Amino acid sequence: MEISENAEEILEKLWICSQERGQSSIELESLNLDKESPEVMELLDMDNIDLNSDSKISLRHEGYFNAKNVVRRHRLAERLLVDVLDKKEGVHKSACEFEHILHDGVDDKVCVLLGHPRTCPHGNPIPKGECCKKGEKEVSSIVQPLSELKLNQKGKIAYFEIQDNEKLQKLMSMGILPGVPVTLVQSYPSFVFDLDQTRYAVDKEMADYIFVRVENK
Amino acid sequence: MKSLLNAKPQTCCSTHNNISSSSDRIVLVGSPNVGKSVIFNALSDSYAIASNYPGTTVEISKGDGIIGNKKYEIIDTPGSYSLLPITEEERVAQRLFFEKASIYLHVIDAKNLRRMLPHTLQLIEAGKPLILVLNMMDESAERGIRIDAQKLEKMLKIPVIPAVSNKGEGIEELKKTIPEYSSNPQDFTIKYNDDIENAIKDIESNLKENYEVSKRSISQLLLQRDQVAFERTHEKCEDVDAIKDIVSNTENKFNSPINYVMTVERQQLTNSIVNSVMKIKEPYSYNNSKAKESEKYKDNYPNLKKRLDHLVSNPLTGIPILFLVLYFGLYQFVGVFAAGTVVDFLEGVVFGEHLIPWITQNFNSLVPYPLIQSLIVGDYGIVNLALTYAIALILPIVGAFFFVFSIIEDSGYLPRLAMLIDRVFKKIGLSGRAVIPLVLGFGCGTMATMVTRTLEKPREKILTTLLLSLAIPCSAQLGVILGIMSAKPAALLLWVVVMILEFLFIGYIAAKVLPGEKPSFFLEIPSLKVPKLSNVLIKTYSRMQWYFLEVMPLFIIASILIWLGKITGIFGLIIELLKYPTQWIGLPSEAADVFLLGFFRRDFGAAGLYELNKTGVMNGVDMLVAAVTLTLFMPCIAQFMMTLKERGLKIALSMAAFIFPFAFFVGFVVNYIMKILGVTL
Repeated sequence: MEISENAEEILEKLWICSQERGQSSIELESLNLDKESPEVMELLDMDNIDLNSDSKISLRHEGYFNAKNVVRRHRLAERLLVDVLDKKEGVHKSACEFEHILHDGVDDKVCVLLGHPRTCPHGNPIPKGECCKKGEKEVSSIVQPLSELKLNQKGKIAYFEIQDNEKLQKLMSMGILPGVPVTLVQSYPSFVFDLDQTRYAVDKEMADYIFVRVENK
Repeated sequence: MKSLLNAKPQTCCSTHNNISSSSDRIVLVGSPNVGKSVIFNALSDSYAIASNYPGTTVEISKGDGIIGNKKYEIIDTPGSYSLLPITEEERVAQRLFFEKASIYLHVIDAKNLRRMLPHTLQLIEAGKPLILVLNMMDESAERGIRIDAQKLEKMLKIPVIPAVSNKGEGIEELKKTIPEYSSNPQDFTIKYNDDIENAIKDIESNLKENYEVSKRSISQLLLQRDQVAFERTHEKCEDVDAIKDIVSNTENKFNSPINYVMTVERQQLTNSIVNSVMKIKEPYSYNNSKAKESEKYKDNYPNLKKRLDHLVSNPLTGIPILFLVLYFGLYQFVGVFAAGTVVDFLEGVVFGEHLIPWITQNFNSLVPYPLIQSLIVGDYGIVNLALTYAIALILPIVGAFFFVFSIIEDSGYLPRLAMLIDRVFKKIGLSGRAVIPLVLGFGCGTMATMVTRTLEKPREKILTTLLLSLAIPCSAQLGVILGIMSAKPAALLLWVVVMILEFLFIGYIAAKVLPGEKPSFFLEIPSLKVPKLSNVLIKTYSRMQWYFLEVMPLFIIASILIWLGKITGIFGLIIELLKYPTQWIGLPSEAADVFLLGFFRRDFGAAGLYELNKTGVMNGVDMLVAAVTLTLFMPCIAQFMMTLKERGLKIALSMAAFIFPFAFFVGFVVNYIMKILGVTL
C-alpha cells in the first residue's frame, strides 16, 4: 500500500525517536498534529502506529519496516546529494523531497551505486537494506571504499566512516580530506595509494574506511 | 636517539660565550620527513640524525648556531602535522609552542604544499614570528610542480624561502633572512562558519591572562578539546568550567566532530591559496631559488627509480630482495667480514699479540701489587676484558651494522619493508611500523627500545619491547654468533630457525594474552633515494660514538664488579648457582661464566662465548644450545634500564621474570630434542 508523504514523515520521526534516542513515544502535539489529522488516521488504519490515551503515538511492529525504509531512503538521498551530485547546502531539505522518490527498489540501486554506505553525511547510521545483506556489486558504484578500487584507478576522497575520533584526526592531519585526489597503486600485501603528491601505505581495515568518488569510469 | 647524541663534546662554536636567552631561540616545526633535521644540522653545531623515514626524531634536540653575528639556540622538534597533537611526540612539539621564541621555521615539503599549508596558516594565526621554508624543491620540480614563492610571500605576509636542504640550497638565504626578520604579529585569521566563530569569540572573552600565542589560537585549541591548552588555561586559573560549557554547547550543534568541521573549512581556504600559487606543468630541473624554466629537465633516473620501487614493493620480488639484503648486509658484511676478518685481526693480532702483552708487561713492572694487577690486566681485568672486548670485538661489528643500517635507512627501503610485512605482523599483534625498531634492534636493542616511541598504541609498544628483549639478537651478539657458527652451517641454520619460531610463537601468544587496542597501519612511503655517502658515514659515526660512550662505562663497571666479586667470593658463588641451570640444559659448567657476563651486556656474554669456543670444550649441539639460550637471555643492563624508563617498573620486571626462566627452558627443550633425535652438529 502506498503511504502518503506526510505519513512517511511521521514514521521517520518515530524511527529516530525510538531507535536512536530511546524514546518509545512522541506527543502528537509536538508534531503540530492531533488524532484527527489525516496522516495520523492513515497510519492508524494501517496498524502502523498505536495511539494511547494521553495523545502519544508509538511505532507498532507493522510500522517498523515502513519506518526503517523511510529513514534509509532519506539518508541514502543525502549521501547521493553530497557524494555524487556534490551538493553543499540545503542537503537535508532536498533529501526530504528526494526520499519519497526512491521507491520500489530504486533505493537499493542507489545503495549499490554508493557502495552500501553505513552512515549519512551527518554521521547517523543508514539502516541496511536487502542489497547490503547480499553485498551486491552489479552496478559498478561511483563511490567505493579505497580497498575496492582497481589498480591505478583515480578518484577523489568522498568521506570516511570512522567513529574513533583519534583515527579520524590522524587521517585528517595526514591530509586525507574530502576532495583530495587519490590513485591506488598497490593492493597487496598492503594498500598503497598516492594522495595528491604523497604515497601512503595502509592496512585493509583503514582502506575500508576511506570512501572514494571514482573518476573516469 | 637524538638527545643522546647531543652529548657530543666537540662543538666548533662553543668558544663563543654569549648566553642565549629564550628570545634568541629558533624552533623548527613541520611534518615528519620534510628535512627538519637536515636544516637543523646546517644551522647548528650539533648533529641530529636525519632519515628517509618518518619519526626519527623522538625527542627535542637542541644546538647552538651563529647566524649573522648573533648566537641562537636552535631547537628541532619531532614531526607534527597540525597544532592539534595526537601522539606523545607531537605533544612534545606542542609544549614548545606555548613558549617564547624569536623565530619559528615551518619546514614543508614543497610538493605537498596543499597538505601542509593549513599548519602554516594555524601558526600565522597563532601570532608566531614565522618563516616558511619550501623544502625539497627538486622533487617537486621532478613532478613538474611550479610554486610562485613571491606571490605566496605576499599572500601570507611572511618570508617564504624555497630550498633543497640536503644539497645546501636555500640555506644561505635562510641565514640572511633570520637576523633581518622583524617580528610583527599580524592580523591573519582563518574564517570559520558562524557557529564556530561565535564559540571562538565566547571562549576568547573568558581568557583573562596573557599567553605566548594569540587568544584566538588558544580558543580554537580549547574548542577542539586539546589537552595541553586546557592544562595551560587551568594553570592560569581561567574559568575552565565556563569554557567547557561553551565547547559542549558548540559540539551539540554539529553532527561531525568539531575538529573535522574546522579542518575541512581550513582546507578550503588553503585550496584557494594553493590554486593561485601552484601550477603543474612538465618536469624541470631545479637549481637555486629562482627556478630557471628554460633549463631542460634531464630525465636520467626517475624511470629506473620507478622500476626499482616496483621491485621492492611487490611481494614476489620484494621478499627475495629482502633475503638478499639480509644475506649480503647482515651475514656477509657484518657476520663474515666484520666479525670474522676484522675482529680476527684486531683481537688476535693487534690486541692479542702486541698491545696486551706490552701493556701487561709494563703495568706489572710499574705496579707490583697483585690485587691491582688483577683489576687492570687480569683475565677479567679492565684491559683484557673491558677494553679488548669493547674496542676489538664489539665496536667493529656494531660499526659495520650501523653502516649497513644507515644505507638502508637513507634509501627509503624501511617503509617499504614495513608495508610488505604488515600482514604477517598483524598476526603477532604488531603493525608494519614495528619493523623499524625491530630492524634497529639487530644493531642495538637499547637504541631500538627507545625508538618504540614512534609506535602508536601502548600494547604494540609493549609487544615490541618484549620481542626486542627476547628474540632479537643485537649486532654484537649476532656478529659473534655468526662468526663462531659459520664453521658449522647446520647449527647456524637451526639457530636461525629456532629464533624465528620463538619470535612468531611468543608474538602470537603475547598478542592473544595482552589486552589493549589492536594497532592499525598507516605509514608514509617516501621516494627512494640514492644514499649520500657523507650522510651515511656521519650517521654511522655518530651512532657508533653514542654506542661506545654508552658501552664503555658499563664494560669497565662490569670488570670492576667481577673483580670485586672474585675477591669477595660472590662471583664464585653466583657461578656455582648458575652451573645448575647450565648443566641442566646440557652445557659444560664453564658456560655459566658466559651467562653471568650476559647479565651485564648481551654482547659481553656473546664475547664470552667467543672465548669459550676457542678453548674447544663445546661441540656443535652445545654451541647451538648456548647460542639459543644466550640470545633469548635477559636483555643487557642498558636495554633493561631503557625498558624500565620507557615502559615502567612493573612491565620491565614482569618481562625479566618471564625471560630468565624461559631462556633456559627453551635451551633445555632444544638440547632434549637434539639428544632424542641423536643429532650431532
